[in-house]
Amino acid sequence: MAFVPLWFILITILWTGFFVLEGFDLGVGMLHGVVGRDEAGRRAVINTIGPLWDGNEVWLIVAGAAIFAAFPGWYATWFSGFYLAFVLLLVALIFRGVSFEYRGKSPTRRWRRTWSRLLASASLVVPLLIGIALGDLLHGTPIGANQEYTGNFGNLFQPYAILTGVMLVAICVVHGATFIAMKTTGVVRDRAWRAARRAAPVTVLLVLAFVAWTHVTAGGGAFLNPVELLACITIIAAAFLVRDRRDGWAFTATTVTIAVCIVTLFVDLYPRVMVSSTNPAYSLTVHNTASPPYTLKVMTVVALVLLPFVLGYQAWTYYVFRRRISDQQFRPAARRAATAVPVAQAAPAPGARPAAQRHGWVLPRGWRRPRGPRT
Amino acid sequence: MRTDLARWQFAFTSVNHFLFVPVTIGLAVLTALLQTAWYRRKQPEYLRLTRFFGTLLVINVAIGVVTGLVQEFEFGMNWSSYSRLVGNIFGAPLAMEGLAAFFLESTFLGLWLFGWDKLSPRVHLLTIWLVAFGSMLSAAFIMAANSWMQHPVGYVMVHGSPQLTDIWALFTNPVFVWSYAKVVLAALVTGASVMLAVSAWQLRRGGDRAVFGRSARLALVVLVPAILFAMLVGDELGVIEAKYQPMKIAAAEAQWTTCQPCSFSLIQIGGGNNDQKPTQILAIPHLLSLLATNHWNGKVIGMNPLQAQYAAKYGPGYYVPNVFIQYWGMRVMAYLAVIVVLVGLWGLWLSRRRKLAISKRFLWVATWLVVLPFLINTAGWLLTESGRQPWIVQGIMLTKNGLSPSVSTAELWISVLVFVVLYGALGTIDLILMLRYARKELPPAPPPADADRPVPAMLY
Repeated sequence: MAFVPLWFILITILWTGFFVLEGFDLGVGMLHGVVGRDEAGRRAVINTIGPLWDGNEVWLIVAGAAIFAAFPGWYATWFSGFYLAFVLLLVALIFRGVSFEYRGKSPTRRWRRTWSRLLASASLVVPLLIGIALGDLLHGTPIGANQEYTGNFGNLFQPYAILTGVMLVAICVVHGATFIAMKTTGVVRDRAWRAARRAAPVTVLLVLAFVAWTHVTAGGGAFLNPVELLACITIIAAAFLVRDRRDGWAFTATTVTIAVCIVTLFVDLYPRVMVSSTNPAYSLTVHNTASPPYTLKVMTVVALVLLPFVLGYQAWTYYVFRRRISDQQFRPAARRAATAVPVAQAAPAPGARPAAQRHGWVLPRGWRRPRGPRT
Repeated sequence: MRTDLARWQFAFTSVNHFLFVPVTIGLAVLTALLQTAWYRRKQPEYLRLTRFFGTLLVINVAIGVVTGLVQEFEFGMNWSSYSRLVGNIFGAPLAMEGLAAFFLESTFLGLWLFGWDKLSPRVHLLTIWLVAFGSMLSAAFIMAANSWMQHPVGYVMVHGSPQLTDIWALFTNPVFVWSYAKVVLAALVTGASVMLAVSAWQLRRGGDRAVFGRSARLALVVLVPAILFAMLVGDELGVIEAKYQPMKIAAAEAQWTTCQPCSFSLIQIGGGNNDQKPTQILAIPHLLSLLATNHWNGKVIGMNPLQAQYAAKYGPGYYVPNVFIQYWGMRVMAYLAVIVVLVGLWGLWLSRRRKLAISKRFLWVATWLVVLPFLINTAGWLLTESGRQPWIVQGIMLTKNGLSPSVSTAELWISVLVFVVLYGALGTIDLILMLRYARKELPPAPPPADADRPVPAMLY
């Protein structure tokens, strides 16, 4: 019966992987407007995660599916109980996913601005909502004797859960900023450092508050456990490393902090998976929600065979795209020679239509009458 | 009411999801073929085509991925009792899908898009094939899960709930084998139709014949065998379903009474669940027997005897699916497929006579043909899923018992409205972008002096 705890560990790993990897994608999404500033800078920032974000998001899908397969009861209660929160999360995930792809697909400024805003706000909502949903698992929500959620949408927004969400947003910002600093050069890198430095102090406070409150919520006694202690140390270290602009180390520190924060939450949760605030005896645990041993055995074999491959080719992807990106790569060659031209007055991108038509993006080109000679 | 809302929402999001999925699978394979041609022959036309159709592919992948996310969440959100009961079986292929296929597909799509100037041509070619392979693999796992709902296998009942005992049974389930083959073929048909339509439109507007003539031919060479095999596989699938889900097949023919041999009606007037005597027009003798049993004089049990049989076995209840959807879903699928076959053969004939790029009539028809695979796919899924009703898992759980107890009608309404508005908006944007990029002129071929320089990446 060791499969049950093993699957709890695997699911913790999947959520940790999601936040470590997708965490900087979300941070980059939130920051790309500020750090990028102009179109070339924004494109440079977005392209730092261009080849990576889609593969990173799969960690969330797999984490969800793994809960479905290994702990169906947990999956059923969590997803149906937090219904509207998950609807909102889906909306945010949808906007974020398509805005990467669609943003660059039309040259008009209005189009790009719209998608940029959607990308930034969706990137903020995703960690906030997932944080709230995770915080609620530990702090407890109304759950009846039959494992069904009995509360409403408002019950989800309890202070501890909100703190978890806000903490995750903040740490994604710092994580994303140090990632940009690590992957870019020139002015973009400089602005990323400034953003990271500005966000770092608040993040330190939020992480410390989260660790303390988690410790109290879990009833852990007078001393922090090693994982909680590690979270405190690494976030403070991260803040100093950000100040000193040590990019590789700062990114390592934020990575460890995120990982440890997620692990803390799951460690304090175990063996429960959803705490019932109605009656502790009604809490969902790994044991009363787990799939039978056969399913867990099959899934263990599959996961242990496949995960090394996944880690291998994802690591290789990071190696392939290891080079830094500069905003200069995204400036047309002519303008690169005369950098004195301010970007705000940049010539229209190749293929852009005259200003009079520029706002007509709703109608695709050649909508009315396709051009070109008939044959 | 809650059942209807949840069912409607699932149908709406699934049908929409499956507008994008087959395009993704089909275009991924075709783009990989184009790039292989470029890798082998080094003709710049193939490179330009690869980039052109690759752009269409990624516009589609984006929305296919996010609509897929909704599907995964919906099982838990709207169908929590179902998820709780069968998660140990149904969840397994879903988790495998993520681990084996989604990681592969999305990681290598990033490598393909951004790796043009960073990977060797051979490795870069491998990445697009892995994208195609990953997308096909993901379809395999989800079809294994779906087939288990149609024909549950590899489980035992323990205290009223099914427990997985044999994972291989899910992947050797005859319903899975045949319906998976059908989905892959349908995806190839859809992708090839999109490629054919875009090429035809470009040729009509004076696009480069050396370029789009090639893609039109490739599309036809894939399209015609794929649709023919899809029809053969569909026929075999019908026989298998007649064995495991006889109600589905009886309803598809609006066959209320048992018959032997059975005829197939081309069209009927009236019909539906309250009209057992519709006016059938042009009945073809023996055809239903052939389709449902592979025998000239095969016997097809009617819905009334089946209803009596199910009521005796599972207790009182109404076990007949929506006959109207079954009857017309089947016919829309079959008739439109015949049209696709005919147009495809016409195109191949023109291609042989080297008139493909100049036949205005064919190019016009081929442009509009693209609508049909989407209608066929939708009709096929309605036939499959509506035909399983009232079961969510055939013989194990009724759809109405699979709902989430904690989700209210108001919450369902909110989510339905959110998804309808969102999908409407995104579908429109996707269509506009697809049309815009499909109508773009090809970028000029690079001068021969540049032929050895690396191809730039497809950056955001």
